[in-house]
Amino acid sequence: MTDRDPAIVIEGLCKRYGEKRALDGFDLTVGAGTVQGLLGPNGAGKTTAVRIMSTLLRPDGGRVEVAGADVRTRAAEVRARIGLLGQNAAVDEELGGRQNLEMFGRLHHLGARRAGARADELLARFGLADAGSKAVAKYSGGMRRRLDLAASLIRRPRVLFLDEPTTGLDPRGRAEVWDAVRSLVDGGTTVLLTTQYLEEADQLADRIAVIDRGRVVAEGTADELKSRTGGDRIDVVLRDAAQLARVAALLPGEVRMDEDRRMVSAAVADRTAALTGTVRALAAAGIEAEDIALRRPTLDEAFLHLTKGAAA
Amino acid sequence: MSAIHDTDTAPAAGSRLGWAVADSWTMTRRELAHWARRPAQVVVGLLFPVMMLLMFGFLIGGGRGVDGDFRAYLVPGMLTMTMAFGLEATMLAVTQDLGKGVVDRFRSMPMNSGAVLVGRSVADMLQSAVGLLVMTAVGYAVGWRWHEGYASFLGALGLLLLLRFAMLWIGIHLAMVAGTPDMVQAVQILVWPVGFLSNAIASPASMPPWLGAVVEWNPLSATATAVRGLFGNPGAGGDSWAAAHAGLLAVAWPVALVAVFFPLAVKRFRDLGR
Repeated sequence: MTDRDPAIVIEGLCKRYGEKRALDGFDLTVGAGTVQGLLGPNGAGKTTAVRIMSTLLRPDGGRVEVAGADVRTRAAEVRARIGLLGQNAAVDEELGGRQNLEMFGRLHHLGARRAGARADELLARFGLADAGSKAVAKYSGGMRRRLDLAASLIRRPRVLFLDEPTTGLDPRGRAEVWDAVRSLVDGGTTVLLTTQYLEEADQLADRIAVIDRGRVVAEGTADELKSRTGGDRIDVVLRDAAQLARVAALLPGEVRMDEDRRMVSAAVADRTAALTGTVRALAAAGIEAEDIALRRPTLDEAFLHLTKGAAA
Repeated sequence: MSAIHDTDTAPAAGSRLGWAVADSWTMTRRELAHWARRPAQVVVGLLFPVMMLLMFGFLIGGGRGVDGDFRAYLVPGMLTMTMAFGLEATMLAVTQDLGKGVVDRFRSMPMNSGAVLVGRSVADMLQSAVGLLVMTAVGYAVGWRWHEGYASFLGALGLLLLLRFAMLWIGIHLAMVAGTPDMVQAVQILVWPVGFLSNAIASPASMPPWLGAVVEWNPLSATATAVRGLFGNPGAGGDSWAAAHAGLLAVAWPVALVAVFFPLAVKRFRDLGR
């Protein structure tokens, strides 16, 4: 395998649980050294896909290659080349942080001495050196997550899977995990990250695959996905919510109203024309606006747009 | 980061067995480390059967239908019952492991996949061996003796551990099939009637004939009777085929149970990926 080969290749992946199709013709290619986001609602199939890629679950159909090896026929090689940070803390809570890392090092066949040295190295790197002998059950959520991440990095993995790595963390814990992921990517690791947080995908991922009902409904950079919702938008915030409907009628194209924020939002084609046109139309109608702004669509809007398209 | 590279560890055929042993030992050490982290729980686990022994030996006493020294009859019975009750400890431990993500990490690593179960077995067997020694020591202190020499003594301990080994695989299998805290609790209650439907404490001679027949065929009765024979302690008597061939059954029952539950448990563990 060379650096140019993709780190992950998935073709026509299917997985059924009884009658339910968790994955239904899932295709994805992830370039080496990139961060790939998998974005989708609960039950879209993100975790199932990660469990198959990390050899925890056998696929019903399709081809899955991770770090150059087929997950079905060469699972042992895949396991030697990946790291997995699952949704539940995959560490032994009764043991200390160092005991955990040393144990995982031995199970990675580093040998006793190297396993111990590696444990100390990782504890220091993730700011857990002082808590090394404390039982993990007494760790904070962020500390536990960092230990879990350290355990995923015993051998420098070629591909690291992060399944909703910051779910349940406070903003500080989330920032800590994000920093750790960024520094890994600088080291050349390919990262596949699932998340329900659009902001997280936007912040960390080079490319994002939007998953809905077991398949990839859209794939691209964050900017590409945003532009697929119909480009830029104009937001008009009013003093008086009662006038929302009147303003909505003035704006062209697909219009969305937000009563709580007293805001009307519309997709626009030509930025300047839309801005001047809206200002003139509001003045002519005698409506006072508190704020008028042009902006790129948020990933939230792109996401809703893309998954709605798939359902139709 | 650069200190360790992702050189693949596809071990040569000879060293695969070596890694399997090393991984199993690492998993065993994990359990030993658990004990070191919760010494109180370990001590309580060892004292509970001792308490039962003392309770039946001194408070409740009597032993319905038992001829001769009841405590000499009781100690082998309690040793047998303690081995049988190990089932719940195994089931609880496996259930707790499966409920957390740590088994997922083991399964996503390049380790020997059987090591998780082997480590569990070795640790549970070690704990049971320690438990047996504590119980026999307490039995000795309250006047119980064995009369047939060390070879027989060790043979008796072997039969007891064989029963424990069978219970181990039943426990692992039950945890795989129905591993929820509710089910563990149900099993913890159900082992009591199964334990008492044996000749561990009372003699079948004291029971209605149909119940006595059930009791005589209980695997626990076979082990208890065979162990009493090896210790030279008074037995439960009875002239049924099961009572007459207790030694054979004390081996056949556990072997049959392992033959059924070991493959089932291993298959369940492999099928976690389905």
